[in-house]
Amino acid sequence: MAQQIRLEVVTPTGAVVDDDVDIVNAPGYGGDFGVLANHAPFLSTVKIGLLTFEKGSSRESLMISGGFCEVSNNKITFLVESAEYGKQIDVDRAMKAKERAEKRLAQISQSTDSINRARAEAALQRALARIKASKAM
Amino acid sequence: MPSLKEVHTKIQGVKKTAQITKAMNMVASAKLRGAQEKMEAFRPYTAKFNEAMSNLSGGANTTNFPLMEVREIHTVELVVVTSDRGLCGSFNSNIVRMVEKKIAAYEAEGKTVSLVCVGKKGFQPLRKTGKVRKQFLDIMGSFQMFNAREIATDVANNFLAGNADKVEIVYGEFKSVAIQQPVLKHFLPVQPVVEEEAPEKKISGEYIYEPSTEEIMDVLQPLYLNVMVYAAMLEVGASEHAARMTAMDNATNACKEIVDNLTIVYNKARQAAITAELMDIVGGAEALK
Repeated sequence: MAQQIRLEVVTPTGAVVDDDVDIVNAPGYGGDFGVLANHAPFLSTVKIGLLTFEKGSSRESLMISGGFCEVSNNKITFLVESAEYGKQIDVDRAMKAKERAEKRLAQISQSTDSINRARAEAALQRALARIKASKAM
Repeated sequence: MPSLKEVHTKIQGVKKTAQITKAMNMVASAKLRGAQEKMEAFRPYTAKFNEAMSNLSGGANTTNFPLMEVREIHTVELVVVTSDRGLCGSFNSNIVRMVEKKIAAYEAEGKTVSLVCVGKKGFQPLRKTGKVRKQFLDIMGSFQMFNAREIATDVANNFLAGNADKVEIVYGEFKSVAIQQPVLKHFLPVQPVVEEEAPEKKISGEYIYEPSTEEIMDVLQPLYLNVMVYAAMLEVGASEHAARMTAMDNATNACKEIVDNLTIVYNKARQAAITAELMDIVGGAEALK
């Protein structure tokens, strides 16, 4: 059996994943990255997006919102504000959230309200990540 | 001597009060369990977070971050975290008293103090000092990370704007179900995290950082503040319920005691009434002879 790496996904409401896996793919600051067993120590911020990992023949995907991740001692830890399994995501709700965020963005784009725009953009990204995570199943 | 009816009404009233306090005690203990679980769930997050922070501060040059800037202290801000609801003993008033003492001490040194109140029961007594800069009320019931972020961001911006040279946070620490204590912790400027144990895994120099350590620090520091505020709120949440449990237990016991005493008074009054009636009857019978 191939070597595995320990994956931990920790949110403020508890650990979501704590498992030995073969490969982890995550949305890093400078683009997506993959981590295999015995990776060098590594620390990166992560964006809102899709975290996937493979274990044997099974493949799971999670929607994560921003945070950071650390790799050390053959262990990869994600500290994120929220993480949801693709299969647990309510697609209809995510779709509605996406529409809402798009509408709000369209309204805001004329004005110079940067805080609200950032908020709406973050909401849109979260919705998109959720939809992607649920489709990746 | 009060009349029988009066005593009876009073006993019924106190018993009703005891019922309410008993119920509140049980509600508080149920909620305490939830709050404690929430706190436990958050613990691994803080542990990991501090680990990463200390790894980073080991490798990064931490002097030129605005959130870490150490200035001469003219103004101090206190973030006061209390509960939104009362009836929990001296829990909130202990925190308020500590804040008042702290204000007096700082003002004696000639520093200006401003306050940020989280929770109604801190805001209400402290409002009259006129120092409250901002308040966050009615969020302690069910708060989430984003509530903490809102508070942390506001305080951090105020610090960055130069309106406060030092920020401290005061909240009720949850020591155990029986003990809750007001504590004061340093908040801003951010101090480098120093980890005492585990010196053997000093591999921070070999870390690959993406983006640079400086940019990561820029992201992590505000997050660190969020984590601190959130942790304080969790502690207060659990402490509030624990304090209410104790307070309500005491209240229920006090009610029982009053009922016992009143029952004695009631029995005495009844006995006196019976004796008086007997005397009447005996007196009447005596007169008929």
